[in-house]
Amino acid sequence: MRPIKSTVPITLAVFMGLFAACVNVELAVAQDQPKPQAAKPEKKITEINVGYLRAYAPQLALSVLDVPPRDEGVAGAKVAITDNNTTGAFTGQKFNLEVVQVKPDEDVTAAFDAMMEKSDRYILTDLSAKQLLSIADKARDKGVLLFNVGNTDDSLREEDCRINVFHTAPTRSMLADGLAQYLIWKQWPKWVLIYGSHERDKLFADALRRAAERFGGQIVGEKEFKDTGTAKQTDSGVVQIQKQMPVFTQDLPDHDVVLVADESEVFGSYVPFRTWIPRPVAGTAGMIPSIWHPASEQWGGAQIQNRFEKASGRRMLSKDMAAWTAVRVVGEAATRTPDADPAKMEEFIRSDKFSVAAFRGQKATFRSWNLQMREPIFLGDGRGVITTSPQEGFLHQVSELDTLGVDKPETKCVLK
Amino acid sequence: MKAGPLVAGTAFAVLMSGSPAFAYMAYVSNEKDNTVTVVDTDTKEVVKTIKVGQRPRGITISHDGKFVYVCASDDDNIEIIDTVTSEIVGSLPSGPDPELFVLSPDGKTLYVANEDDNLVTVIDIESKKVLAEVPVGVEPEGMGVSHDGKTMVNTSETTNMAHFIDTGTNEITDNVLVDSRPRFAEFKPDDSEVWVSAEIGGTVSVIDNATRQVKHKITFEIPGLRAESIQPVGIRITDDGKKAYVALGPANRVAVVNAETYEVEKYVLVGQRVWQLAFTPDQKTIISTNGISNDITFIDVATDEPVQSVTVGALPWGVVVSPTK
Repeated sequence: MRPIKSTVPITLAVFMGLFAACVNVELAVAQDQPKPQAAKPEKKITEINVGYLRAYAPQLALSVLDVPPRDEGVAGAKVAITDNNTTGAFTGQKFNLEVVQVKPDEDVTAAFDAMMEKSDRYILTDLSAKQLLSIADKARDKGVLLFNVGNTDDSLREEDCRINVFHTAPTRSMLADGLAQYLIWKQWPKWVLIYGSHERDKLFADALRRAAERFGGQIVGEKEFKDTGTAKQTDSGVVQIQKQMPVFTQDLPDHDVVLVADESEVFGSYVPFRTWIPRPVAGTAGMIPSIWHPASEQWGGAQIQNRFEKASGRRMLSKDMAAWTAVRVVGEAATRTPDADPAKMEEFIRSDKFSVAAFRGQKATFRSWNLQMREPIFLGDGRGVITTSPQEGFLHQVSELDTLGVDKPETKCVLK
Repeated sequence: MKAGPLVAGTAFAVLMSGSPAFAYMAYVSNEKDNTVTVVDTDTKEVVKTIKVGQRPRGITISHDGKFVYVCASDDDNIEIIDTVTSEIVGSLPSGPDPELFVLSPDGKTLYVANEDDNLVTVIDIESKKVLAEVPVGVEPEGMGVSHDGKTMVNTSETTNMAHFIDTGTNEITDNVLVDSRPRFAEFKPDDSEVWVSAEIGGTVSVIDNATRQVKHKITFEIPGLRAESIQPVGIRITDDGKKAYVALGPANRVAVVNAETYEVEKYVLVGQRVWQLAFTPDQKTIISTNGISNDITFIDVATDEPVQSVTVGALPWGVVVSPTK
């Protein structure tokens, strides 16, 4: 498949139109409001190009409500570009977004090279680890910063970390730790784990096992749910599931909570309310950890939620927030580096002075040892936020957020 | 001065019968339960709870004390409360999601921050008409006006700037970069400086009003508390320009700052998530709203000691005190 590209926009409205057409999303509503007048309009305009390289193909989910929107992530970047441009009107800076899309598992180096020709110095990526690693060193040699907004693999922050790859997406271990802290706080320490048969399901299961060990949870039983290639929910499938799931969970030892690791959407949503004994479900189904929740209004969140919905016509998801934050990192660095010199901006982002406000209740900063953003973990169900981790009482000598995920003393990352 | 029990009793009775009170009244907006609590600042007792629109936040009062104005953020308007009858007697066209506002020194104009639309709306109170809309940065919030009425300052939370607006032309004259999530702007009584709090940045920037440059940044350190939990929000400066009070949000304290040397002299422990502040007109007392503990704290300005906390509604946000007894 030929990469789909949008060109560098001339005005915001044109940009939004082009963008919507190119990635084939519902037409975005351009904000109809007067442009802010800059104090000194004679100021020259500095253009800052942000790229967005994504591997995308429409995906199914067990519930149609969980089907990822086509512009998942991209819509967040777009709102942040608008935010940056509102500020840019005062600072003489203009931000452009170029979205390039390839197929999952497709070679991305050609697409990346084409982006390089347009001199994108900051590129958001929503790619597989293999795809990301295929361009990371090339990007480094050209002075390009990558922002991983979609990949939760711990390995990208550990053995495969790179000096020029920042992560606003959380890791599986951060998500699992956020979940485990709450279950321990609730004094529900006995868990059973049901995991899928695909690689990513197993990675999340590993993260849950690690979290159990870290926070004093006990996994008393485990079971793999094999993907036998069945179709997603069908007209009569509900009847079967109602009978199959209790039987599948019947032989598990007694427990407080069922943990589910099914990123592949094979069985996870079928677990809640269908277990042999009545127990709450958490993980990729039931109570789900994430860095954002579409119903969160905590920490000024209502404002970004309203803004996002107005611009995108849907609620804001975690990947949208990861992308919004990444573009705001670039924007914040540009605002505080008057001539937007890329070397100075990079130096600032890497410095301990850097932080960005991202509706997380405190400064969002990067862990210096692996460039992972410190983020609270929301635990929510389909309706709302149940709690936010780190939980009270999980202490840390540097930042409580570092109780989530791989901490400095344990890291395998050597930035290069 | 503390009123005797007999006087206070009379005042209470008179108020209940619908006449003006004989004490300074504090009006507290309760974000969560859509009410305004009226508290007698002498007896420190709740005298009335007024039902208002949805998500009341910013609150102020007319200079004659006759009307309280409340931003009903989720209803997209500003409600006008008659302080004698405690009834809502009208509303002002605020623009969407009004959060904070400031009244001009002549009492005729209200400047409103519209968070969702990146605008400051200028409203003529008498005609209830919108006079101007000034485009500002992302998520406008803090609003301050100079005592001479010539300059208005708005802070934008995601743009991280203090926008100086000429009230004659309603145009921005200067944009001053401050730290993350600026929440509040307060002019010194002599208009020489504007103090801007940054909630996530954890600082107060002191901006020279003549040069429009940040001349000093006040930082806060509280033993045993992490820097991230110190989140400055509301600021008030005494009429003599000597002392400033800064509400520190989840640090649960109000900082007392020497407004001449910028040294933090004291941290007063109040309640959880301390948000906004208001002096009584005699400046003997300053009142803090403590969102999570659902109360307000009276702090004695002479000693900077907390005197008493009073339970109000759910998630108290803003507070204003009537200008006259």
